[in-house]
Amino acid sequence: MAGTAVRGRLTWQVGTVSEVIVETPTVRTIYVDVPDWAGHRAGQHLDVRLTAEDGYSAERSYSIASAPGEPVAITVQRLDDGEVSPYLTDELRPGDELELRGPIGGYFVWDGEPEPMLLLAGGSGVVPLRAMLRHRARTGSATRARLLYSARALPDVIYRAELDEYGRDGAEVSYTLTKQQPPGWSGHAGRVDQVLIEQVAFPVEQHPAAYVCGPTSFVEAVAQWLVMLGYPPSRVKTERFGGK
Amino acid sequence: MSPVTRGFHGKRREAEGGRVPPGQYVTEDFPVLSAGPTPHTKEQDWTFSVRRGGKEQKSWTWTELHELPVEQVTADIHCVTRWSKLDTQWQGVSIDTLLGPASTDARYVLAFCDGGYTTNLPLADVTGGQAWLAFGYAGKPLPPEHGGPARLLVPHLYLWKSAKWVRGLDLLDRDEPGFWETYGYHMYGDPWREQRYAGD
Repeated sequence: MAGTAVRGRLTWQVGTVSEVIVETPTVRTIYVDVPDWAGHRAGQHLDVRLTAEDGYSAERSYSIASAPGEPVAITVQRLDDGEVSPYLTDELRPGDELELRGPIGGYFVWDGEPEPMLLLAGGSGVVPLRAMLRHRARTGSATRARLLYSARALPDVIYRAELDEYGRDGAEVSYTLTKQQPPGWSGHAGRVDQVLIEQVAFPVEQHPAAYVCGPTSFVEAVAQWLVMLGYPPSRVKTERFGGK
Repeated sequence: MSPVTRGFHGKRREAEGGRVPPGQYVTEDFPVLSAGPTPHTKEQDWTFSVRRGGKEQKSWTWTELHELPVEQVTADIHCVTRWSKLDTQWQGVSIDTLLGPASTDARYVLAFCDGGYTTNLPLADVTGGQAWLAFGYAGKPLPPEHGGPARLLVPHLYLWKSAKWVRGLDLLDRDEPGFWETYGYHMYGDPWREQRYAGD
């Protein structure tokens, strides 16, 4: 597998928040100007560190939401019992300093490979996959791309306008709404199941690369179904969050 | 010196008696993190091997493994993604038992696994009562998503060193990076020194 090891020390850098975008009631995308950012690949993540006045600090990892070549951005879902995400979504505003380091990770990445890419997102697991689709659009890539995005309801869909634009512009984008569907909804409804995965998966003969990101239960099930369809495990890359 | 983050106070947690390494938070959950699909190896197809120079030195079937003395291990575990879980309870066979008293001149091991995962550790860190081949968690068989049928358990290092779905150890003269180590994670991974990434 292709991978670039991180060379040397990953140092903490202080960036300045340039923009905060309200994606959904509980999700924000935060753009940060980082003077010495070395660049990143689609799918990588970074670490954020918050420090209180008495020196107490908390760190978390977030997927990078922006495409390679763009300023650093993270998309953060507010977790009610969280320590870092409520600060990032509720308190942080343009002009604030934010300490971070990265990019991190070199496995769950897409560098413009020509094989069809199958992107399967559960909830805020769409973030690194959005970076991949954005990279594909910005580079005019001819790689076939298909995204299936599982969300609770339409207002929970992050990046909807942008994803729909990709859908009109060569990528295939579909949603499944698990809890609530608006009147006249023509997309999928309910949780992702094996039948739906069989419908959206590119045939194995096309050597597709699958990227699956979401909560553990989603990733476990989806990755298993892809393997049952004949996807080599090495072509099913996963990223997970959450303990339940 | 880190700059103060405007308006950040943090959730102060009660001191956990110095059991939580820097940068970690305690969770009651047991999060799952892995790079690919969960392999499902049947117990009758499972073996654990110790290899040296590509040659198998020893091997155990699932049945043979269970004829060895089982140890009950209570340990705090620390994931590089920043969660720690205290007092986890495992059942497994000590790596000391598997390697045996016979001395080896190897200095490192590379654990290899179903699914192609690997991770490297100094031999001194998997011997001396510090590491186990674990197949039970909280009194039950280890679930596949947590590394079952069996995983390495090396609780004093970040949890990516406790390789899931482990099938054996390669004894090595020199340290070789495993899967995550190739992607920039630390070669050793001591949570108390926050050795998350290369250079930390």
